[in-house]
Amino acid sequence: MASSTNSAPEGAPVGRRVVLGLLGLGALGIVGGARLQDGLSAALAPLQTRDPTGLLGLLPLGNSFRYYSVTGGVDRPAAADYRLAVSGLVDRPVRHTLADLQAMPQTDLVRDFQCVTGWRVPEVPWVGVRLAHLLDLAGPTAGATAVRFTSFDGTYTESLTLEQARRPDVLVALQLLGGPVSHDHGGPARLYVAPMYGYKSLKWLSGIELTADVVPGYWEDRGYSVDGWVGSSNGRSDDPTS
Amino acid sequence: MTRPADPASEPELLRFGRPARWVHGALGVLMLICLGTAAVLYIGSLQVLVGHRRAVELVHVWCGYALPVPLLSGLLSAGYRAELRRLNRFTGHDWRWLRSRTRRNGAIPVGKFNAGQKLNASLSTGAIGVLLGTGIVMQATDLAPLSWRTGATLVHDWSALAVGLLVVGHSWFAVNDPIALRSLRTGTVTRRWARSQHGAWAAEVEEAVDETPLR
Repeated sequence: MASSTNSAPEGAPVGRRVVLGLLGLGALGIVGGARLQDGLSAALAPLQTRDPTGLLGLLPLGNSFRYYSVTGGVDRPAAADYRLAVSGLVDRPVRHTLADLQAMPQTDLVRDFQCVTGWRVPEVPWVGVRLAHLLDLAGPTAGATAVRFTSFDGTYTESLTLEQARRPDVLVALQLLGGPVSHDHGGPARLYVAPMYGYKSLKWLSGIELTADVVPGYWEDRGYSVDGWVGSSNGRSDDPTS
Repeated sequence: MTRPADPASEPELLRFGRPARWVHGALGVLMLICLGTAAVLYIGSLQVLVGHRRAVELVHVWCGYALPVPLLSGLLSAGYRAELRRLNRFTGHDWRWLRSRTRRNGAIPVGKFNAGQKLNASLSTGAIGVLLGTGIVMQATDLAPLSWRTGATLVHDWSALAVGLLVVGHSWFAVNDPIALRSLRTGTVTRRWARSQHGAWAAEVEEAVDETPLR
């Protein structure tokens, strides 16, 4: 039965060539894809913004925000009910309303948003209160060396050292892309840690707690670096976010 | 001739042995899980609905890592390796079949696999390799520079889109051919189907069956 197929195979091994060709293209894409993506994004961005069907937005260009949540659903507090608690090793614990935050000095930043897995959104405009300002209002005690952030999604946490938290490019963001931070983007208030990967920029911020030690955050318990600097630790050298 | 007139009484032809059926089934289930979880991870509105990114990601990643397991374990079977040899080889008939508009009328000899099935097999295998490689680069944030992860994300996303379309097409042909679909479960096909869809293969097998009875 097998005699006719085994002796002197007929035809060309096209299947193997297709497989090897795809693998080669894939490897090329890993090395050169970042540049290709910049070109694709630039060419298609004007079309995407004018596309009434929204279907072009589904094309995987890697230059738009992707919604991430680690829980099933997140409450949507009314703006009047939102509170941001600053607590822990501080002289003056406080709970800010959204109006309180909006009345504080606002800082504008335009920076790339860089996800650790590779996608990035170029030149995103952010507006918010410097975290350093909120820390000064609360007055960290001498024993405080780190800040722990909690989310009203009930699960996600993040952390920074006190020194990192005092950087001028770390915001409690109230506006994003020219409007209030939407619920899906982590509104009404979220963290934006410009020099670090997106997982450090906790969404749905509800608590800022001064601690004696760095408490690793949600993803950091699952393998990501606690100090998630874009660039220095992960091979991006143009340092666009700081 | 002394052959019975009713073709339904003829014994069916064995098309797929147990290893091929198991490889196909396991790969199919894993692939569908990968595609389903990929949709949740990628499409914003679905992710808003489902959330639980960590859990969905774990399922996606581990089913992805498992994709080569059925493919490679199939290699242990000689029968499966023979199927791979058939899928690998393209003859002049295959190229003509792909270009022909009347490819289903039986004028061009079709062996055990038609050229479309051969292409699907090699494209799927290559794409699985690409998805696996780019997935590992995206996952191993310590190993590769960030620009590689950006490239890997781009390649992974576009390959996934292409594989999704490939699977939709594959399923479409399967649903429209109940006998072929059934053969992935039972392993056998009717002779009438084999003669009309895979004439050269039917002739080859029937000749062999006449010489040495099946089983």
